[in-house]
Amino acid sequence: MTPTSPWKRVLILLVCVFGILTAVPNLFYGRVETHNDAVAAIAEAKGVATADQQAAADLWPSFLPSLLMNLGLDLRGGAHLLARVEVSDVYKARMDAMWPQVRDALRDVRDEVGAVRRAPSPDGVLRITISNPEAMPAALAAVEALATPVVTLTGIGQNDIDVTVEGADIVVQLSEAEKLATDDRTMQQSLEIIRNRVDQAGTREPTIQRQGTDRVLIQVPGIGSASELKSLIGTTAKLSFHPVIGRTDNAGANPGPRNFLLPSRDNPDTYYIVESTPVVTGEQLTDSRPAFDQRGNPAVSFTFNGSGGRAFGDYTAANIGALFAIVLDDQVISAPEIQSHIAGGSGIITGRFTVEETTELAVLLRAGALPAAMEFLEERTIGPELGADSIAAGKVASLVAMAAVAVYMIASYGLFGVFAVIALGVNIALIFGALSLVGGTLTLPGIAGIVLTIGMAVDANVLVFERIREELRGVKNAGRAIELGYERALSAIIDANITTFITAVVLFSVGAGPVRGFAITLGIGIITSVFTALFVTRAMVEFWYGWRRPKTVIV
Amino acid sequence: MAFRFKLAPDKTNFDFFKHQKITFGGSVVATILALVLWAVMGLNFGIDFRGGTSIRTESTNAVDVGVMREALKSLDLGDVSIATISDISFAADQHVAQLRIAPQDGQEAVTPETMAQVEAALKVVDPAIVFAAVESVGPKVSQELILSAILAMVAASACIMGYIWLRFEWQYALGGVVSLVHDIFITIGVFALFQLKFDLTIIAALLTILGYSINDTVVVFDRLRENLQKYKTMPLKEVMNLSVNETLSRTLMTSVTTLIALGAMLIFGGDVIRGFAFAIFFGVVLGTYSSVFVAKNLVLFIGLDRGDKPKKSNNEFANVDA
Repeated sequence: MTPTSPWKRVLILLVCVFGILTAVPNLFYGRVETHNDAVAAIAEAKGVATADQQAAADLWPSFLPSLLMNLGLDLRGGAHLLARVEVSDVYKARMDAMWPQVRDALRDVRDEVGAVRRAPSPDGVLRITISNPEAMPAALAAVEALATPVVTLTGIGQNDIDVTVEGADIVVQLSEAEKLATDDRTMQQSLEIIRNRVDQAGTREPTIQRQGTDRVLIQVPGIGSASELKSLIGTTAKLSFHPVIGRTDNAGANPGPRNFLLPSRDNPDTYYIVESTPVVTGEQLTDSRPAFDQRGNPAVSFTFNGSGGRAFGDYTAANIGALFAIVLDDQVISAPEIQSHIAGGSGIITGRFTVEETTELAVLLRAGALPAAMEFLEERTIGPELGADSIAAGKVASLVAMAAVAVYMIASYGLFGVFAVIALGVNIALIFGALSLVGGTLTLPGIAGIVLTIGMAVDANVLVFERIREELRGVKNAGRAIELGYERALSAIIDANITTFITAVVLFSVGAGPVRGFAITLGIGIITSVFTALFVTRAMVEFWYGWRRPKTVIV
Repeated sequence: MAFRFKLAPDKTNFDFFKHQKITFGGSVVATILALVLWAVMGLNFGIDFRGGTSIRTESTNAVDVGVMREALKSLDLGDVSIATISDISFAADQHVAQLRIAPQDGQEAVTPETMAQVEAALKVVDPAIVFAAVESVGPKVSQELILSAILAMVAASACIMGYIWLRFEWQYALGGVVSLVHDIFITIGVFALFQLKFDLTIIAALLTILGYSINDTVVVFDRLRENLQKYKTMPLKEVMNLSVNETLSRTLMTSVTTLIALGAMLIFGGDVIRGFAFAIFFGVVLGTYSSVFVAKNLVLFIGLDRGDKPKKSNNEFANVDA
């Protein structure tokens, strides 16, 4: 038989050694993880390590690879949420914010169009009635002048708003191109804010991904429950400042059109009627931190950006003596009287806060409000104990499977069986090594995938060995029979494994979470098992053959 | 000669078409029966596909399903199913139960308030109770999951069919895929018959069966293709018998090693993964059977165009004999 060239053998050996080395850290998972955390913490502190950190870092020698595969939520425990962001919430906010602009624009042509009034309309639509319908073209022109072109690849040539005329009404809404752009911005913003908030909780490696057009997938290992995660990210912390129309103790009071009735946070029987269009919102905040008022009570200080500061300043200058509601998440925190023109765009919010509350509120305000509400479509909590049980059970199953298959292979193929079993060991190491390298995630079905691979990985070897047996019946020369066995089994091995690989790819692209983890281990397992059967086992067989030069071979 | 453990003698000469009426006919009947079972009894869908909430509780006290049910009654949660779970890996005082709550009107996933109520109610009857896992899937997502599961099965079958068509002939592709459908449907039928929980992981298992079964079938087809070139005048049926006989030892060997590994998973892998392991185990048995008794029979029924000249294959793997 023609032996594989020495260089190829070296390459095969290198791949195996590299695979095994990258797999090794996973055997000492907890220790390596502590080491990695400590190293990261030391790097964060610019090389300054505490004694504890140094001890933790020394748990694992730094010259060894320290990449680990990730453990899925079902093994580590944690929470999984799938949320839908109500992107259309933003349309409404945009239109509400548009109204003062439209009103001002029409005020300039008041002589022609007459009185201007906002008519009731569905959310996300601004409908304006003018008292002098003959002047519609002028009114339309004034409103259309507010439109700005959309800057996106697909929306070139489109304006951000669609303005149409229905009888005596002008109807304004976001154009389709602007809606798409807005949705995209809303999602980006939501992801960013969720990431900020989850990071505040300081958990390990959270996954926050956009899925499809309006969904967010959030996976946080190690968190107690999905409810906990929800309350962490679900608090909208939406801050806004509204003009106060009146105060009442009637919870059923009719606030009138375009106004809200909001409860007071501190006085259960007090309700405020406020204008629904805010003067400024929390989005215009640039900073917020915990502070104290003049009397030493906990408060939250805030600073607006340029436009927010101007709007705030103009409003306070024009409305001295009026009440002004500070609204957080649909509750009026306080409604102070405007004493004087507040210039500079900064101030403090006082209420009956504790220091903890002001700290948390400042964080939430800084992180920003979620631009739109979220609806939770799917949530899963896996306790850490259950995950640990699954890992333990998976370990036992893998070891038993490995041992049983080894015994069976050796009983069936003798020395060649031993080669196959060694190759199987290399194969498993390569799977773990590959998972660590690509940062793959091991899930419970993924463990099942590895166990399945243990069973199926020997298949390529079996195909070759059976073929060699057959060839031995026809060919006298043992070396030639082995060579033919490898050659003729190749076509079956390739076809059989490509078809299985196809299913792994489909599983990966369609499946989610644990199923995807299974697809990854199955797919990697197919590649490594073909590699080990065609190259590793073969190299061993050739080495043995070249060393012993047997006249006959018994497979 | 050294001792070798063998499942099949070196040279077998079984006639795999001899009892075709029983084997192939049996498969046809079993597939139809499975479809009927599926239609009549329906599948015991997990929350992935029907929506709702599933809660896994653990306690050092024995589970009393009746007491638990009573405790939840006042919460007015609608359809609640409670089952106890046992497994060899559990400790002596580890008592596990699985609760399933139907989706609540007007809410997608379970609200923290509902969950808090359920937890509080169960804590009253068993203070030692721990909630090991809580999963909640809204109706919207479960609808999509069903669709994507069906899509996955169809896409995988189509891809496999396409590949076999490219590498072999269309008759092989059809034979292969029909034998896959046979394996999948009968497995689904068994899940319907025993009302085993059918969720996303079972879909993954079915797709794995797809991969495994076609793997087996392809090995037989590959040998068939080779023998068709070798024995140009032998009747198709005999070439098929020869091919299956020649690959029989490998087919059995691979199936047994796979079943050994899966058996270990089934016994020691824990209850969370049991349904999954069972589906694959069962599917591997079926897949082995169908690659010997179903796939090639179909190819024989359709017939192959063998022509005078051997089919030229333009693929490097097929040219090793040339």
